[in-house]
Amino acid sequence: MDGSDPSTEVKRGAEAMWEALVAEGVEVVFGYPGGCIMPAYDVMPRYPVRHILCRHEQGAAHMADGYARVSGKVGVAIATSGPGATNLVTGIATAMLDSIPVVFITGQVPSKFIGTDAFQETDITGVTIPITKHNYLVTRAEEVYPILREAFELARSGRPGPVVVDITKDALQNVCAPVAPKPATSSKRPSRAKRGLAPSKPISEHDLDRAAALIASAQRPVILAGHGIVRSGSTELVTQLVEKCDIPVGLTLLGLGGFPATHPHALGMMGMHGEAWVNQAIQEADLLIALGMRFDDRVTGNLATYAKNAKKIHVEIDPAEVDKNVRVDVALIGDLKEVLERLLPRVADKKHAAWNAALGAKRAEVAPIDIVNTPHDGRLFAAHVMHDLYRLTEGKAVVVTDVGQHQMWEAQYYKHDHPRGLVTSGGLGTMGFALPAGIGAAFAAKEKEVWIIAGDGGFQMTAAELSTCVQDGIKVNVAIINNGYLGMVRQWQELFYGGRYVATPIVSPDFVKLADAHGLPGMRVTKREEIPAAVAAARATDKTFVVEFRVEAEDAVYPMVPAGADLHDMIRRPSKNNGGAK
Amino acid sequence: MSDRVSLRTFVVLVEDVPGVLNRVASLFRRRNFNIESLSVGKSHEPGISRMTIVVRGDDRMGRLVEANLYKVVDVVRVDDITHRPNVSRDIALVRVRATPADRAAILQVCSVFRARVVDVALDSMMIECTGTEDKIRGLVTLLEPFGVLEMVQAGSIAMTRGASAQSASAQSDAVEIDSGDDDDVDLTDEAA
Ligand SMILES: Cc1ncc(C[n+]2csc(CCOP(=O)(O)OP(=O)(O)O)c2C)c(N)n1
Repeated sequence: MDGSDPSTEVKRGAEAMWEALVAEGVEVVFGYPGGCIMPAYDVMPRYPVRHILCRHEQGAAHMADGYARVSGKVGVAIATSGPGATNLVTGIATAMLDSIPVVFITGQVPSKFIGTDAFQETDITGVTIPITKHNYLVTRAEEVYPILREAFELARSGRPGPVVVDITKDALQNVCAPVAPKPATSSKRPSRAKRGLAPSKPISEHDLDRAAALIASAQRPVILAGHGIVRSGSTELVTQLVEKCDIPVGLTLLGLGGFPATHPHALGMMGMHGEAWVNQAIQEADLLIALGMRFDDRVTGNLATYAKNAKKIHVEIDPAEVDKNVRVDVALIGDLKEVLERLLPRVADKKHAAWNAALGAKRAEVAPIDIVNTPHDGRLFAAHVMHDLYRLTEGKAVVVTDVGQHQMWEAQYYKHDHPRGLVTSGGLGTMGFALPAGIGAAFAAKEKEVWIIAGDGGFQMTAAELSTCVQDGIKVNVAIINNGYLGMVRQWQELFYGGRYVATPIVSPDFVKLADAHGLPGMRVTKREEIPAAVAAARATDKTFVVEFRVEAEDAVYPMVPAGADLHDMIRRPSKNNGGAK
Repeated sequence: MSDRVSLRTFVVLVEDVPGVLNRVASLFRRRNFNIESLSVGKSHEPGISRMTIVVRGDDRMGRLVEANLYKVVDVVRVDDITHRPNVSRDIALVRVRATPADRAAILQVCSVFRARVVDVALDSMMIECTGTEDKIRGLVTLLEPFGVLEMVQAGSIAMTRGASAQSASAQSDAVEIDSGDDDDVDLTDEAA
């Protein structure tokens, strides 16, 4: 395993598989066994890798994803062929859209059966072409080790993403003949693992100078902080740029935590459910500096009216994202950290007192009806929960959200000051993500407490993973925001479909009893003053703890830019007298 | 650089591995790029296949196609040769109704287009034609009155002119030779 060249030893493909994982420093894998992957499971106990048995392969996929997001390493999920592999699909697509490095290993029917519709055969490489960075079908034991190593490198290099390695049962069972070490690849072409992105030209001095000149001449600049800041570890450098040039910062959902929320220059989240002043700042800006973000339609609104008077600088690792949605004036294609290191010395200290003051005034004027500070009238709002959780955990928890209204409330009311403190499915918006992703996050965030926040709808999609917590002794805190509806869809029905609530009222089990059925402790909270006790009880146990928050049923997330509307054309929070609820 | 929508030709070198065509085709479908033509075959290098892909789009789309193609790991190299001197060829086989009385006229059309007759049956002929899309369209237009029974056309293949086709900097000074290269002479007008 260590030192010796594994490719020259006689061993089985299944052993080569684990050796590759160990060589990559993998400490935990998430998976589910089955016929075609059994040879790999059979030898697993010989290797120092922990295996977490999920209850559904989608769970394993999200666990590996959550682990990757918090640890910054490559996550690993394992499934058998056919139904095991197809159950991974939602998790693979989730990782793809958020650029999360995960290696998915799937079993495949023996190579001689491929193409015969054999029992539990699916063409999983075919199925996953559009939702992976790359995928492999491995049919020979000798290929297992080198292909897995390449898969890891691909997953984490450039713009990270998921890679599927589908290994036939015979490749796992057969003995690898000792092979001579591969000759070095010809220098004419980049190594396969280096590919997956256009060979970007080194960023020219000229382009850096142009960017610096735009920054120097801007009167109303705004930085758009995206996920790339988190992934490249550039928080520090971005903060330097912000402070040197006195530039306000709007954040994308996945950028939250990439720049500290409590920093005086932080405007908050932009986009569909961003704060009005952030979106207005963007619309009035004369320069947008987009850092590691991709102008998703949820942050731009109508492209035709988006930041019309702004010059745009786009720093992005993936050349295919540049000019995709928004045309930019200067594109700096490369690793954000490197770009910032070279850009910073070129920009002069600057003050934007008037601009920042104007934004501050706007912020004061349209400040949200601050539901968290209004005297409560006995009703419990989700915003209360988010704000109090933020306060009680001192902003230090790793929060893993599901998808829906609660996800947006979390983004609005939990202030993230640290990178990798928020785990959420941004690109795909995958319901059912939170519980399994939180289990994965718990393995990465060893020193931190993990809070999972899910809606009553989404939680039910993967609630079976509570059993995983029990079997593997995993400690997470689960907050279920129960409003009796598929809330976000109900909100759209309320606003855009004449209030016809079709298929959005949803019945739930008694979540506290559900926890109890798993042998897990739980509590129900219906009043704001009960929140601290529930949080304390959750923290006091080393078991997974479920808190059900019964919140206002028909509360809506505001402000809101309707899909496809102009970014500045927001539906504001309703007036004060109904406390923010409808 | 213009926003004008036009046909754009890409030469794409890919590793000759199973599924590579599927990956490239899947990319075009997923990104909603409209393929006008795609042909794939061997290159001069062992292990490397060569695709010629023609899409319709503006310069921005051209850049996005190129950047996205590079995201396919099996893609080794992408050249947008749209704006470089290049030779592009299609091949077509056309079966045309040919009564004994029409044969001479058909042969005459063929000779104008330097198309070849590759099969003759009692009442039909099969004609092979190589050239630009325009030329093939011209030929078919002239054959139509006789009765085109069946036709097949393969996607374009293309190569830049000059010494080193693969190097973008090699927009060489090589003389463009057209002698004997009949297909660059646009025969459509005079023939039609
Ligand atoms: C797998 C999946 N199916 C459907 C949707 C569409 N969707 C988005 S939000 C939402 C409602 C979520 O309801 P709930 O989990 O109760 O959370 P809430 O919005 O009430 O906070 C739905 C159905 C989705 N995002 N993912």
